[in-house]
Amino acid sequence: MKRFAGIFWSLLFLAVPVLGVAVFAVAPSIDVWLPKDVSEHGSQIDGLFYFILALTGVVFIATELLLFWFIWKYDESIAKGPATYIHGSHTLEVVWTIIPAVVLLFLAIYQMNTWADVKMRRPVMAPTVEVVARQFEWRLRYPGRDGQLGTPDDLFLVNDLHLPVDEDVLVQLKSMDVLHSFFLPNLRVKQDAVPGMKIPVWFKAKETGEYDLVCAELCGWGHYKMKGRVTFVTRPEFDAWLERMYLEQEATQPENGEAMP
Amino acid sequence: MSTATIPAGAPATLPSKPAPRSRPVAAFLSTYVFSKDHKVIGLQFLFSTLLWFLIGGLLALAVRWQVAWPWSDVPVLGKLFAQEGGQMSPEFYTMLFTMHATVMIFLVIIPILAGAFGNFLIPLMIGADDMAFPTLNMLSYWFMWPAFIAFGASFFVEGGAAAGGWTSYPPLSTNPASSPGSGMGQTLWLVGLTFVGVSSMLGSVNYMTTIILMRAPGMTMFRLPMTIWAMFITAVLQAFALPVLTAAGFMQLGDRMLGTGFFSPEGNVVNNAMVGAGGGQPLLWQHLFWFYSHPAVYIMILPAMGMVSDIMTTFARKPLFGYRPMVYSIAGIAGLGFIVWGHHMFMSGMNPALGITFMVSTIMIALPSAVKTFNWLGTLWGGRIQFTTAMLFAMSFVSMFIIGGLSGIFMAATPVDIFIHDTYFIVAHFHYVLFAGTAMGVWAGIYYWFPKMFGRTMNEFWGKVHFFLTFVFLNGTFFTMHILGAVGFPRRLADAYHYETFHHLQPMNAFMTWCAIGMVASQAIFAVNFFWSMFFGPVAGRNPWNANTLEWTAPSPPGHGNFDFQPVVHRGPYEFSVPGMEKDHLMQTDPPVAMPAVAHPAMAH
Repeated sequence: MKRFAGIFWSLLFLAVPVLGVAVFAVAPSIDVWLPKDVSEHGSQIDGLFYFILALTGVVFIATELLLFWFIWKYDESIAKGPATYIHGSHTLEVVWTIIPAVVLLFLAIYQMNTWADVKMRRPVMAPTVEVVARQFEWRLRYPGRDGQLGTPDDLFLVNDLHLPVDEDVLVQLKSMDVLHSFFLPNLRVKQDAVPGMKIPVWFKAKETGEYDLVCAELCGWGHYKMKGRVTFVTRPEFDAWLERMYLEQEATQPENGEAMP
Repeated sequence: MSTATIPAGAPATLPSKPAPRSRPVAAFLSTYVFSKDHKVIGLQFLFSTLLWFLIGGLLALAVRWQVAWPWSDVPVLGKLFAQEGGQMSPEFYTMLFTMHATVMIFLVIIPILAGAFGNFLIPLMIGADDMAFPTLNMLSYWFMWPAFIAFGASFFVEGGAAAGGWTSYPPLSTNPASSPGSGMGQTLWLVGLTFVGVSSMLGSVNYMTTIILMRAPGMTMFRLPMTIWAMFITAVLQAFALPVLTAAGFMQLGDRMLGTGFFSPEGNVVNNAMVGAGGGQPLLWQHLFWFYSHPAVYIMILPAMGMVSDIMTTFARKPLFGYRPMVYSIAGIAGLGFIVWGHHMFMSGMNPALGITFMVSTIMIALPSAVKTFNWLGTLWGGRIQFTTAMLFAMSFVSMFIIGGLSGIFMAATPVDIFIHDTYFIVAHFHYVLFAGTAMGVWAGIYYWFPKMFGRTMNEFWGKVHFFLTFVFLNGTFFTMHILGAVGFPRRLADAYHYETFHHLQPMNAFMTWCAIGMVASQAIFAVNFFWSMFFGPVAGRNPWNANTLEWTAPSPPGHGNFDFQPVVHRGPYEFSVPGMEKDHLMQTDPPVAMPAVAHPAMAH
């Protein structure tokens, strides 16, 4: 009876690595996994994700199996004689300090280049668009025909972000009120918008298509519905779209020189 | 169950009982209410925090309900807040998760570890008759009450309780126009936080002084049980980190009520309302907040690590593997803990170059955690494991801490964090550390020290049922969160299914919510077992588990002054299965014996 308890509890601990691995193995096939990546830098991020997953996966399986095995084997009801009288092992301590230290340090250094690519090596160019977050919408400001942001011919839109594919895009991110976060899951892009700061965000899409723009930093009661869409189109289509939007906007304005009633 | 033997060195006559008191009401108040006895204060903390644990758990269920079945009527609880026939509003939802985290962190985990276990165990385990400053100790409990009242009352003020997240990032939290909960609710939140801080600081000062000055004869620092080492280092951590949070809290109060501008930038307007003078920086709050709240994460796990180490040695009947490395790794975690706060801010707009520094320190903090895990495995190796409820909870702490520790590396790696920051991946991570880790450690501690607290043991069968259900349901709830995070499913959204990326995740969330309901329901078994055993459980002797540390030499429960003899310590706390001995354990107070040669003399003590 006592042995039955030992078997039962060790198997419960064995279930942790078995089911844990099973969940991660099944998840991609039921589409509960990394969403499709359409950015140029995204494969680097996903690669690092898989690298850490593999590394931690090995440690997870090894330590959990060891835990199961010790619980199974050193059950008081079957192990013979008294427990081993030992206070530790200097050699083991050194080994299991130095090896993880080296691995972890390597892991940290290995991340740096990707981080620098995504957040530090900013392309030298004028902003493609200014995104100003506010409760609970994304206000977009494109340079008008003069190609300059902050001039009277700027184009103003809300939530419907269009960007050109296959070229660097520089977004100038601002917030009007509280913190928000500019999250494009399919482009592996996330950056908080902070009132009082102008933060550059850059990326390059590889495919045309329409994707989600999510607010990922709590911004109030309507946080959940601060939803935008980002549409990537070819450069000619983008220019045509910009021109069409510009004409629509200007059509609502009074004729040149005519005073407002 | 061994019979209690009064160790050698005990005086022939026990101290006489105190004279009966002439004023029974005053006597009752000073014994059970305004008591200066560390054990009573510890139990006051325990009962209060367990009650808040229940409240925090129900808040979590309401959060889970909305995530699984958005905008559907909430059963039972819906009637309590009666909004549009039981359907919760989005502002109510933001308030729920804010207060769930606030209650769990500030009113449950921190006070149950330091307040309940720290108070109860420190004097008993070091052989002292009480804390160094009993009056401060009493105040540390009673300063929790203004916090209980402030947090509790905030649910009923106009606009409801704080709803800016438990991190209270400005300007959302400082500008009353930005959210209904940023009115009176947020002010009460800051007041509550300040009082929790006062309570913690009083405790910390007391613990440090007591552990340094009041150890029994022979109790050197390196003969302290791991629980005490963990409590000591936690107290130091708390004392150095807490003033920063208190100061930041006052700055936020100033921004809200006095028109200062620490955290609001020039011309910051929310909902057409402007607050304060401007000229501040929202990121300043994040730096100050996390300078405390990251070390606070270790304040919330280190004591549990210490308790689990003690429990595992007792039920593996084996000395702790690598006592000194275990101590040094706790100290290492605490030291590194001060230079990793920036990893909460990788996406915040902080200079990305600074992010690299914080990434390196954060990834390296996995090292002392790994060393601890290996030493726990080393402790089980070659042991003689007894499957008590306390041991099951302790071993599950190790199993779950492995998951929580490893998943932290994903977020520490800055490029990967770009994608999983503020998704369910982080929610999975900290629930594995704080629920599957700390809460399991707390249960291990309750089942283990219950006999010392109340003189009776808890029911083992129902304890194991409680363990089994909790273990299964917690994994059902939290493990799946990892893969939700891999999809990028954001936290804190009242309804994420209108996004194309996340619309197919509802069934999975429903599964998790069912598990969460099961998990909370299982705690009824614990509650009944706890209160039933307190009165009707089998009477425990002084040392029901045949453990070695000093608290087991005192009566169960110990009277005022704790020990009926002066404990004198002759050895470390983990002398189990010493070869050539009659019994399989040598208590710290047992008279000196000729010790056998040890394989690694350097590691012995």
